[in-house]
Amino acid sequence: MTVYAAPGQPGSAMTYKSRYDHWIGGQYVAPSSGQYFENITPVTGQVFCEVARGNAADVELALDAAHAAAPSWGHTTVTERSNILLKIADVMEANLTAIAVAETWENGKPIRETLVADIPLAIDHFRYFAGALRAQEGTLGQISDDTVAYHFHEPLGVVAQIIPWNFPILMAVWKLAPALAAGNCVILKPAEQTPVSIHFWMSLVADLLPPGVLNIVNGFGVEAGKPLASSRRIAKVAFTGETTTGRLIMQYAAENIIPVTLELGGKSANIFFEDVAQADDDFYDKALEGFTMFALNQGEVCTCPSRALIESTIYDSFLGDAVARTKKVVQGNPLDINTMIGAQASSEQLEKILSYIDIGKAEGATVLTGGERVDLGGDLSGGFYCAPTVFEGNNAMRIFQEEIFGPVVSVAKFTGFDDAISIANDTLYGLGAGVWSRNGNTAYRAGRAIHAGRVWTNCYHDYSAHAAFGGYKQSGIGRETT
Amino acid sequence: MASMVQRVDVTPEAADLLRRLTGIHGPLMFHQSGGCCDGSAPMCYLAGEFRTGGQDVRLEELVIDGIPEPIGFWMSASQFAYWEHTRLTIDAVPGRGGGFSLEVSEGMRFHTRSRLFTDEESAELADHPVFVGVTQ
Repeated sequence: MTVYAAPGQPGSAMTYKSRYDHWIGGQYVAPSSGQYFENITPVTGQVFCEVARGNAADVELALDAAHAAAPSWGHTTVTERSNILLKIADVMEANLTAIAVAETWENGKPIRETLVADIPLAIDHFRYFAGALRAQEGTLGQISDDTVAYHFHEPLGVVAQIIPWNFPILMAVWKLAPALAAGNCVILKPAEQTPVSIHFWMSLVADLLPPGVLNIVNGFGVEAGKPLASSRRIAKVAFTGETTTGRLIMQYAAENIIPVTLELGGKSANIFFEDVAQADDDFYDKALEGFTMFALNQGEVCTCPSRALIESTIYDSFLGDAVARTKKVVQGNPLDINTMIGAQASSEQLEKILSYIDIGKAEGATVLTGGERVDLGGDLSGGFYCAPTVFEGNNAMRIFQEEIFGPVVSVAKFTGFDDAISIANDTLYGLGAGVWSRNGNTAYRAGRAIHAGRVWTNCYHDYSAHAAFGGYKQSGIGRETT
Repeated sequence: MASMVQRVDVTPEAADLLRRLTGIHGPLMFHQSGGCCDGSAPMCYLAGEFRTGGQDVRLEELVIDGIPEPIGFWMSASQFAYWEHTRLTIDAVPGRGGGFSLEVSEGMRFHTRSRLFTDEESAELADHPVFVGVTQ
């Protein structure tokens, strides 16, 4: 058994500072208000550092720095920018364990995920966009023999990026890598629930980026995020979060007539057709694993397969096997390499999940496993742990319609292909979906019929670069990672 | 005439927090969020900050002692279609508000609790459709 030492403890791969200021113009800048807020690790519920509480004045400083850097950064050669991204990737790879420990401590997710998923994917996205940049070409339209139109790729200038707390580093990189590759300067506003792992990352790569190209302003949404998103000095804003703030950001963007990218979540269906159970083989085993993917990252994934739809002919046997498999998900200390599900990112999130479990019960859904907070004992007693939970119910229930953003799956049965698609599409959202079938025709047709930006076939939660990520319907506008 | 059955009410703790925020900022509104991260939270804004329109419904005008103007509680119409059968209670609990919600500085956050309407309540509400919004 390997348990990684917590940050700052003997033998730990990394140490957090006790206080983090804003990162503006290539240096740390104290908040103009002089105020800081406490940052809690969800692993134990304890405060581990304090973070600058930014406001509009701090945002203006960051905008000054970004605008000062933008003209020269936007005119660097693609080779220079590509090479910088590759160097960032190399530094991250050399510090993989340290970054993984930092991210696990900040967010509560298992170290096995940060070591083999979050951080390696972040590294790969830097390399992907470094490569994409080198291969990118403009277009040319010939209007007549003597008239041609050139279409060049140009940077926008200074862009704002508001980052969610579920994958603090990976989601930052999804937005940062393409923006930096394109020659933009960035003001990044991390989520206040997970404000500092990106600063640890920044401390490793700071000398690779010219001052002002990337600025990090911390703080609360209304105090720092709003002045940033509504500033007339940004050329674009990208946001991942919920629908009401998404609409507000669109509203501010409308006032400035600038583009927005919004990723606002989903209620993704994971569909198991009857031929999955034709044999009790490796494929069937993989399908059961696919069912349990609702608990990956504690369910705090916008594409969480939070609705499982099982064909009626195999419903009882498959669900029985799936619940048995769910019970094998190991919950424990997120720093233990054997842990499969860690802590929810905040006490607020844990409470929200528990109140959804109450709503599910009140609406008549049946808890097949889980359904409660978990006390892991010792130092972990103060952490925010929730048992993987399987509900059985119907698609009209609120637990089938709202993004719980926790390790909770709601299961329903369907009869035939059309019924499966009809239930899958009966949602306000359309971000992800999963289709499990041994029949290529069924899988292909389902993939085309489901109104979701990404449909995985016989797999789930694969986040490779070069595959578009983004939503249909209220899941948002725009595409990332490609 | 307005329904006697409320679709939304507030706990005494939420009423206290709303009085504090009104004192600091002025007239307020709520818009219930959906989606990921801080979704499913009642977002509290200055009245009119969030522009409601034809795709929003106002479930309630919350009348609170000590606050001169009622506080509109809004939700997108599409989300309301799935929430219509539940009675909402806005509570305030220790913690930090999410998104751009105003309570973040107060060490408390708003939290939506839900229960199912009884058949009698549902029957009465059926005669009192929610107000479909335009900018206040």
